[in-house]
Formats: sequence, C-alpha cells, structure tokens
Amino acid sequence: MADQPLIHARGLVKRFGDFTAVAGIDLDVAPGEAFGFLGPNGAGKSSTMRMIGCVSTPTQGELRILGMDPVRDGTRIRARLGVCPQLDNLDPDLNVRENLTTYARYFGLSRAESRKRADELLEFVQLADRAEGKVEPLSGGMKRRLTIARAMVNDPDLVLLDEPTTGLDPQARHLVWERLFRLKQRGTTLVLTTHYMDEAEQLCDRLVVMDAGKIVAEGSPRSLIQTYSTAEVVELRFADGLDANADYAAKLDGIGERIDPLPDRILLYADDGDDAVSEVHRRGLAPASVLVRRSTLEDVFLQLTGRTLVD
Amino acid sequence: MMTTLVAARVSLSPSRVGAVINRNVGALRSGPAYWVVLISGFFEPLLYLLSIGVGVGALVGDLTVDGHTMSYAAFVAPAMLAVSAMSGALAETTFNFFFKLKYMKTFEAVLATPVRPFEIALGELVWAVVRGSVYTAIFLGFMVALGLSSVAGALAAFPATVLVGLAFGAVGMWVSTLMRGWQDFDLMGTGQFAMFLFSGTFSPVQNYPVGVEVLIQLTPLYHAVELVRGLCTGIVGPGLLVNAAYLVVMTVGGLWLASRRVEKMLCE
Ligand SMILES: Nc1ncnc2c1ncn2[C@@H]1O[C@H](COP(=O)(O)OP(=O)(O)O)[C@@H](O)[C@H]1O
Ligand SMILES: [Mg+2]
Repeated sequence: MADQPLIHARGLVKRFGDFTAVAGIDLDVAPGEAFGFLGPNGAGKSSTMRMIGCVSTPTQGELRILGMDPVRDGTRIRARLGVCPQLDNLDPDLNVRENLTTYARYFGLSRAESRKRADELLEFVQLADRAEGKVEPLSGGMKRRLTIARAMVNDPDLVLLDEPTTGLDPQARHLVWERLFRLKQRGTTLVLTTHYMDEAEQLCDRLVVMDAGKIVAEGSPRSLIQTYSTAEVVELRFADGLDANADYAAKLDGIGERIDPLPDRILLYADDGDDAVSEVHRRGLAPASVLVRRSTLEDVFLQLTGRTLVD
Repeated sequence: MMTTLVAARVSLSPSRVGAVINRNVGALRSGPAYWVVLISGFFEPLLYLLSIGVGVGALVGDLTVDGHTMSYAAFVAPAMLAVSAMSGALAETTFNFFFKLKYMKTFEAVLATPVRPFEIALGELVWAVVRGSVYTAIFLGFMVALGLSSVAGALAAFPATVLVGLAFGAVGMWVSTLMRGWQDFDLMGTGQFAMFLFSGTFSPVQNYPVGVEVLIQLTPLYHAVELVRGLCTGIVGPGLLVNAAYLVVMTVGGLWLASRRVEKMLCE
C-alpha cells in the first residue's frame, strides 16, 4: 500500500474529435513526490491534468488515481484531490474567505470546520489581511495564492497545479514557489505543469518532458541535463548575426560537444565553457557578446525537440 | 446490474446539493445588484395585475368560466401568480446560470470537487425556486388582501407555484446550456412573452378557435395557469392532475437534460 503509486497511467490517450492531444503516455507518481510536466503550449499538459483530476474521461489506456478508477470512482477520488487550474476560477461574487469556506462545503466540511480551515490557509498563503475583501482587486499573484489555498481546503493527498506561475511577475512567482516548496517539505504530493524550466528545476524531484502529446524524456532535472546536455553552455552573439550564424557555426566546428545555431545566437555545448571561449578567440572569431552559463532544462528541451520552450 | 448503474447515476448527496445552494446564499449577501433583479422580477406581474386585472377588469365586468362566475381580476390574478412563479425561477436558471456556466467558470471550479453535474443542477434549481417562492408568497399576500383569493385558496395554490417554479426552472436551465450567447436570450424572451399573452392568462382559452386552443394546451404556461387558477379559485377537477403531471415531466426531464449538458460541456 505504501508504495502504491498515486497516479498510474499506461498508454493514456486523449482525443478531441480527430485531434490527438495526449498520444499514449505512461506515468507513475509516488506518494511524497513533486512531479512535473514540462512542455510548450499545446503539448497536452492540461489535457493530461484534467484526466488525472477526473474531470475528463480518457479516450484510451489505463489510468488509476489513488488506486481507483476515475470513471467509476470520480467522486471519491476528487474528494482527495486539490486542483489549481490553469486559469483562476475564483468566485467574484464571494469575498476572499468565502471563496475558501464555500469550497470547503463542497467537500462536506461543516460550517465551523470550513471557517477554521479557511483562516489557517489564508494565514499560510499570506492573505489573512484580505479575508473580508473582494477577489477582483487582488493582484495576479494573490489570486494564484488564493487558488492554491482553495486547492488545500480538503487536506488533499495529491495536489494538481496547472501552470501555477504563468503570467506572474518574478517577485510574485517567487512567493508562490516558496509556498509550494513548503507544501513539498510537509510531504504533500505535488504534480505540476510548467513551461518554465527554472520552475521545474526549483520544484520538481522528477519530471517528464512533453511535446506534441508524447513524453520525450523523463528523469530528475539534474539527470536530464546530464543526459541531454553538457555542464555548461556558451551563448555567442555576432554583430552581423541572423543570416550569418550558420556560417559561424561552421567555423566553430569541433569546439565543445555540440553546436546549435539559433536565429539570434549560437549555443556552444561544452563541459568547460571558458575553455570553449578561449578556443573561439584562438580561431580569430570576435563575437559581439559571450555568455557562459550552466546548462538548463531549456537546453534539454531544445536538444530533444529542436525548438525552444517559450517563444 | 441495471439497478446498480441507475443507483450510481442517481445517487446524490444532500450535503453537496446544500453546498451548491450555500454558494448562492453567500453570493446574494455580497451583491447589491442582486436585490435590484429580485425586486424587478416581483413588480412586473403585480403591475400587470393592477393595470389589466383591476383596470381593464372594471370595463370587462364579471366572467363566467365553466359555469362559475368571478370578477375579471380574480380570473387574471392566479395567472399572474403562475407567471411570477415562472419568471422568478427562470431569472435564476437562465441569466444567472448561463453567466456562471460560461463566464464566471463557477461550475468548472465546483466540478473539480466531489460534486457531480446532477447535484449542481439540482442545487441551482432548488435555489431558483426558493428565490422565486419569495415572490409568489408576497404575491399571494396581495391577492388575499385585495380579496382576489381566499386564504385557503392561497395556501392550496402555494405548493402549485413551487411546482411551476421547478418545472420552468429546470427546462430553462436546460435551454441555457444550449444558448450560444446573450442574443439567444432575446429569442427566449420573445417565446416567454408569447406564452404570457396567450396561455389563458387574460382570457379563457375557449375564446380562441379550436386549432389555436389545442396549440395553447400543448404549451407549458397553460398548464401552470390552469393548475394555479384551479387551486386558487377552488374550481378543481381531474384535469388538474394532467396539468400537474405535465409540470412534473418538465421538472424531471429538464433537470436530467441540463445536468447531461453541463457534464458534456465541462467534462470533455
Ligand atoms: N476541449 C478541447 N477541444 C479540442 N481541442 C482541445 C481541447 N482541449 C485542448 N485541445 C487541444 O489539445 C492540445 C493540447 O492542449 P493542452 O492540453 O491544453 O496543452 P497544454 O496545456 O500543454 O498547453 C492543443 O492543441 C489544444 O488546442
Ligand atoms: Mg495548459
């Protein structure tokens, strides 16, 4: 029982008419894990999350959530899930606290329990001073935190977060991350989707890279970077870039492990970035700017799909 | 096998239906705009009663229907009561329901919890009828005060207005799930108004040519008016059972279709 996966999927497919949004994926998420789906828009992340959340019926394949069948036991499963959807759907007709108390009642909590839970959670997401206020004037980050609090009212075994920080400014994102990190420390199982590599690196123990409805890679952020990229990446920009980058790439041939000419810059994959830069200069090339950085999941994604994550 | 399937489909939790109603109580408390809608929905039938029932009634004099003679106002008042029950429930299950379904994404949020589509539909309907019943109760008070109904008649008619609210509320909810946008509500408003004018509200349906009479007898407001009028005036016959059955079918069918549509729209 202890090591029974909370989510178990084999050959999971979701089709909308002729269109295949999720093209046969396999997953296992263990209790206590922070698991991520990393992929660009349209990869099928939300479609997968909705199937896991038992609000969308799989077209094909096997899916067990908390050991139960989502089609037959949807109500019982949802009672133990917390869901933070991609787009906030807070209730503008209710104030901040009522958004939580009302939601708690859907899970069968009593009036008194709902009230107590709401106040604890408002404290947790740092919105206690807004309890009596309306939802509309809250900033994007505050709304997101309130939605996360709402997902926690039933003390769920599994929390699903669909793009928890998309559209937030950096400061608001860090606040959300910090709260999610605390949940993770408490041992809450988190499943989140994101198209931000830094988010995946910050929060996920393990993740899958999704593209066009398929899983193209799986592992911890570190192991994915080790497998699909080098320790460091050198970004070179040339003054006459754009059209000339292919030519430059040819001249750089042999430096590092791999060279990726993008429209605006050239990426040089090397375990030692400074070495690679010295070699560039030795060949008499004078890039307008040079940046040596650590490899990220973005590089993994580029390597796997030939495209960037966020355009 | 069949029975367990049906049981699984129908099994519902009163506490979850209550939670759906609870949300609307909370929303009512927080918005002043809501009270405006509430009041306007009440005054319309009352104004018709006073202008047409009492005003026109002074010109028309008494009316004899099925051998019973009554004042024109006493004839019109139960119809206005039925209309009030209809529009009270409809206001909630059409505009408000549609808004929650399409724009506020309220039900999307609710469906991520253990609450099922049928429980949403039922909770919304019960709420709509509770709200509509405030109108009808006040309206009945006016009728008794104006001498247009006996107290016994009013007490007998009240449950009938609840059934009228359930029937129109349920069907209205289903229709809302089929609406493409606000412009479709104009169409619905026109249909509602046509029923309002011709359902034996202002003149006995026997006054129309037979073809028209039969057509009217197929439409729902006719049955609502007949049932409420019969109980208000105390002129009861077996026909009332047909009227009541018609409204029960509307309630059950409307609820079932509405919850199926909600499931189809939000759980694909
Ligand atoms: N209800 C739907 N009907 C038709 N197509 C859909 C529906 N939901 C999603 N899709 C399509 O499925 C693909 C995957 O969508 P989604 O799962 O939302 O991706 P992501 O969350 O990774 O951006 C997209 O091309 C999207 O247009
Ligand atoms: Mg998405």
